[in-house]
Amino acid sequence: MKILKTLLVTAAVSVAMMATAQAETKKIALVVKALGIGFFEAANKGAQEAAKELGDVEVIYTGPTTTTAEGQIEVINALIAQKVDAIAVSANDTNALVPALKKAMDRGIKVISWDSGVAPEGRSMHLNPSSNPLIGNMIIKLAADNLPEGGDVAVLSATATSTNQNVWIEEMNKVLPNYKGINVVATVYGDDLADKSYRETQGLIQSHPNLKAIIAPTSVGIVAAAQAVTDAGKIGQINVTGLGLPSEMAGHVKSGASKSFAIWNPIDLGYSATMIANDLIGGAEAKPGAELKMGRMGVVKLDDKNEGAMADPFIYDAKNVEEFAKIF
Amino acid sequence: MKLLLKNREMLLVVAIIALLILIAIRFPPFVAPGNLANVYNDTSILIILALGQMAVILTRCIDLSMAANLALSGMAAAMLNAAFPGLPVPLIILAAVALGAFLGSINGLLVWKLDIPPIVVTLGTLTIYRGLIFLISGGAWINAHQMSDAFKALPRATLLGFPLLSWLSLVIIAIMVVVMRRTPLGRAFFALGGNPHAAVYTGIDVGRTRFLAYCLSGMLAGLSGYLWVSRYAVAYVDIAAGFELDIIAACVIGGVSIAGGIGSVGGAVLGALFLGVIKNALPVINISPFAQMAISGTVIIIAVAVNARAEKRKGRVILRKAEAAHG
Repeated sequence: MKILKTLLVTAAVSVAMMATAQAETKKIALVVKALGIGFFEAANKGAQEAAKELGDVEVIYTGPTTTTAEGQIEVINALIAQKVDAIAVSANDTNALVPALKKAMDRGIKVISWDSGVAPEGRSMHLNPSSNPLIGNMIIKLAADNLPEGGDVAVLSATATSTNQNVWIEEMNKVLPNYKGINVVATVYGDDLADKSYRETQGLIQSHPNLKAIIAPTSVGIVAAAQAVTDAGKIGQINVTGLGLPSEMAGHVKSGASKSFAIWNPIDLGYSATMIANDLIGGAEAKPGAELKMGRMGVVKLDDKNEGAMADPFIYDAKNVEEFAKIF
Repeated sequence: MKLLLKNREMLLVVAIIALLILIAIRFPPFVAPGNLANVYNDTSILIILALGQMAVILTRCIDLSMAANLALSGMAAAMLNAAFPGLPVPLIILAAVALGAFLGSINGLLVWKLDIPPIVVTLGTLTIYRGLIFLISGGAWINAHQMSDAFKALPRATLLGFPLLSWLSLVIIAIMVVVMRRTPLGRAFFALGGNPHAAVYTGIDVGRTRFLAYCLSGMLAGLSGYLWVSRYAVAYVDIAAGFELDIIAACVIGGVSIAGGIGSVGGAVLGALFLGVIKNALPVINISPFAQMAISGTVIIIAVAVNARAEKRKGRVILRKAEAAHG
């Protein structure tokens, strides 16, 4: 009798302990395109920050060694076996991961995609780093912020047919009236070729003597424009801005050719993905119109395709570009 | 023959001047001496490449891999500089030229020893060289701040008011004039292109001459690789993508016959300048980007049409001369 009682108590205690242990740590897997890529290492940094903030979350940072869908499928299967609570994936292939992720969802694992999306049937929601209207607004804001008295600005895009750039420029033109005194005097196309972008910039400098800023929403264009402005001796007169990567722009920010530029912040992205996964584990439902919590990043509102935009592109300038240049 | 050549080059000079006048009507500052110097400077790399391409085309071959060679040599130079910032720039340039020559020699060997059609060989090496850039760089960019100041400064340094890049192209032009006119190799290019069978009888090794032409174009592509990367202060997989077509267009506009045997250094230089003027003018005269492509294409076709007529006349002259020489 006594023995039985002891056994029962022990069992009860151990069950209780196991239960609390499970309730205590939620396992969220951050699956990236490949390990060893600065951008994703930075996302992991953000995810760890989120885990620390939440307290009861353990982030498993994982991914294949090369950017293949097969590698990610293996990783996902291993995570299913580990019984993680959520998987947040930046996919190497939109469709190839769907069966594996479906299997995960069938086992009650919450699945979201971020950065690079998965087809809707393979995830409950997708987190975009930003949205077209936010980007369009940001690129003109970057130029306007350094022009308190207004002035002429020009756009150096990629090709005349590139969808992304055209949508961003269109969104930019929509909000242009909000920026008093800023005139967009020309839109030219560098075709994402360094030499053509350089030449187009030279052309802009020549044909618009009062040009104050060049907005290049493309990573090839912004670097080429910065170099052309440097070579023309127009640093301080013409500010080159737009979308670029810190590692590619660090030198031009240092030289002063570019005062600031923007791109998504991978740290915030990893942080937000983890927060959203946690919100879903906690019972929130991903459906059109739903608002999911992203901690310090606010909330993300899902559209009819269960996609949401995290935030404005993040601004990089002389203060932080060096630090991020090491990351991506 | 000389008179005719002169005429063709004169024709191009006239065309370029007419073009400049047209541009000046819409945008006068374009023809300011300072800007014209800039246009020349911007075209320098194209001139150097066109001269290499000319040597290859003269021998009835073609080098589609020049831009890929440029990109690979340029990336190698940039990576070398990023890894060893203390390495003197002349050494890096030498390395780029050597690598370019090596890549060119691969083309040459394949054409020479395996007798594969040049267009197929260089189409193959074009993709191989592009792929190699990805392999050595891992797809990463080499950016301005990773390059040493000396590495970036060389083409920008000025001598007597002009950038070194312009001077360098002038030196290359001078060397090429000597090579083409005063050396057996230059004459072999023309002889082989004019009539390969006759060239064999005169003791010219057709395969070897073609091989040397590819080495020459490779060397110039390697040199341009360094110049390109340091001028634009960035190296990535896709630099100069599609530029091989500009190089060939410059040759064709300059009167270098795709069928081989006909061409001149002056013509290739003027052809490159013609393209350079158009490329630099289009951004300032405010024409839609779609019209720009059409304009570039139209100009090339007109140039080829003019050349086709010129070649007919010229063919007869060469034959008569050859007959006279044999008789």
